Amino acid sequence: MTIAIRVENISKKYKIGAAPGKFQYGMLRDVLVDTAKAPFRLAASAFKRDKTEHAPRNTNFIWALKDVSFDLEEGRVLGIVGRNGAGKSTLLKVLSRVTEPTRGFVSVRGRVGSLLEVGTGFHPELTGRENIYLNGAILGMKRAEITAKFDEIVEFSEVAQFIDTPVKRYSSGMYLRLAFAVAAHLEPEILVVDEVLAVGDAEFQRKCLGKMNDVAQQGRTVLFVSHNMSAILRLTQDAIVMNKGQLIMRGPTAEAVDYYLASGQTQAGERLWEADEVPASAAPFLPVALRVKDPRGAVVDSFRSTEALTLEIEYKLNAPVTGLRVGVYLCTVRGEYIFTSFDVDDAALYEQHATRQAGHYISHCQVPGDLLNEGRYILGVNASSFGVKRYFMDENALAFNIDPMGAPGMQWAEPRQGPIRPRLGWVIEEVG
Amino acid sequence: MSITHVEPTTVYIKPANGLAALNLRDLWTYRELIYFMIWRDLKVRYKQTLLGAAWAVIQPLMTMLVFTFLFSNVAKMSSDNVPYPIFSYTALLPWGLFTTALNNASRSLTSNTNMVTKVYFPKLILPMASVLAGLVDFAIAFVILFGLMFYYHVTPSWTALWAVPVFLLLSVITALGVALWLSAINVQYRDVGYALPFLTQFWMFLTPVAYSSSVISQKWQIVYALNPMAGVVNGFRWALLGSGNPPDVLVAISAGIALIVLFTGLIYFRNMERTFADTI
Repeated sequence: MTIAIRVENISKKYKIGAAPGKFQYGMLRDVLVDTAKAPFRLAASAFKRDKTEHAPRNTNFIWALKDVSFDLEEGRVLGIVGRNGAGKSTLLKVLSRVTEPTRGFVSVRGRVGSLLEVGTGFHPELTGRENIYLNGAILGMKRAEITAKFDEIVEFSEVAQFIDTPVKRYSSGMYLRLAFAVAAHLEPEILVVDEVLAVGDAEFQRKCLGKMNDVAQQGRTVLFVSHNMSAILRLTQDAIVMNKGQLIMRGPTAEAVDYYLASGQTQAGERLWEADEVPASAAPFLPVALRVKDPRGAVVDSFRSTEALTLEIEYKLNAPVTGLRVGVYLCTVRGEYIFTSFDVDDAALYEQHATRQAGHYISHCQVPGDLLNEGRYILGVNASSFGVKRYFMDENALAFNIDPMGAPGMQWAEPRQGPIRPRLGWVIEEVG
Repeated sequence: MSITHVEPTTVYIKPANGLAALNLRDLWTYRELIYFMIWRDLKVRYKQTLLGAAWAVIQPLMTMLVFTFLFSNVAKMSSDNVPYPIFSYTALLPWGLFTTALNNASRSLTSNTNMVTKVYFPKLILPMASVLAGLVDFAIAFVILFGLMFYYHVTPSWTALWAVPVFLLLSVITALGVALWLSAINVQYRDVGYALPFLTQFWMFLTPVAYSSSVISQKWQIVYALNPMAGVVNGFRWALLGSGNPPDVLVAISAGIALIVLFTGLIYFRNMERTFADTI
């Protein structure tokens, strides 16, 4: 099989300023002052007895990518997963030739179409029609190509009646649909996609996934970065896991996703959040841990279908919050939702805890036994104030398994469909 | 839709060492994008304005009127035996091209940050499109020039047919050269945006736009010729009005400087291009 992309020891170093954002744009003045100070710095370090790597210059760099290597065969679809800041977008930027690697080598066979952002180059003053041509040209399509696909693009975007209105009049949904419609009709040999499915409503996301699936089925080589595990599972065959700039695992998608989900857990059945994983916008809510426990109180990740499960969310509040609700989503590993439940779903309980004072809390509940069918499930956590603010959300926080021993119907060795396996009180009556 | 089976080319990505190649072939592959960028600039420039494309004419006309009042009526400067208004207007045309090109091009990279950081394309296209878009404004204002020439009974000679395009090319080369330098520097050092109004103002005084280059003494003429726009302006005047000296070594010097600025600008731009996405 021909190799479409060969990545060898790619590394990318970024400079980070002591006061990022303040003097980001180099000003001649800074350069001059720096040059003037250099001899003094040199003299000072010469007098230092300390031989350790103490030079302040070193802390001014960060390796966004460090020795990343992999091969991708033609026609394969590769997923890339990892936490925020793992280096996924940087890797795509290097592959798209937007930025240059500091070290390493990549060989790419074929035309690369990059979808690092939807709507690149869209100008608000131009009409939808004009922007389709503009965006298409920026993404690398020839004018003839755009004209040939024009009707398809307009149909996909569902903005046919507004196609001749300036884009600044579009709603955000229309804008996204149009932008994605153009991007979705890119037909390069290699397609590189960066989390473009993260925006838009559920309907739009479903449509995008469908289109991405079509593209992947056509035999194109695709690199797909996403936080949406179900999309990764559905679209990709292999996946790589990145963390802090390094490629830590590569394997078939199911294994890689498992590895990624498990990597945040210190022990099976528990998910801890480190300070740098919590965005600043979550304040004053600070998630600490999410746990699942069996009836004996042990924190594990395997349960019997017949057993009750205890779900526990541990969190801190740095200030009093009103109207806060903390809860979980339960999904199948394919991304289908089973239920969403918040700690103050009960109206009386909500009245009681309308305002929570600053402090350290644990909200816990029981999922009854004889409810879930065998399989693997994903728990997500959500802390929000309805209609006001979403403090924190992590859709893929924890995974656990259910095994069906003792469940109704186990006398036959057949898998039952569906996420639920209740014990219904069947009665057999003879009538007549 | 199936994939058309064209033999795919292999691209190698690695950290560049040494000088970057000029890579003009890539520019050819992306030639349609140049057209689209110019088209976008033009479409957007006069949208939601009342006067629209008339602005392309108003600027040189108004400047000409002010100059006529100040330099001709008040200061009584010589204009080489040609009516002053047309004398200054002829120079204002290429000068307008130059300043518009500089103003737009120096911003071209920084005002398209999202394109620079998210898509691959030869970044040369952005300042190039700014310069070439200026040609359209030039063409509009040029039409007015014919009106003026008719009014003042000035007839161009046949040499204008080849001379005007040649000097127009020279002004485009000059504008492009300086634009490449400025747009690349502006990505790293935003001082360019602040310096530019002052720079263009100063440059105009050093170019014989409002006055004739005959007022400059002989020994300074050579130094003067180091300003490529001086050659352009003198050439335009000679081509259209027949005033001043025919192209000589001074114009050749100006042309030489313009080519050097362009060539070095291309090298500088291409070398800085690899850092644009990181520093913009």
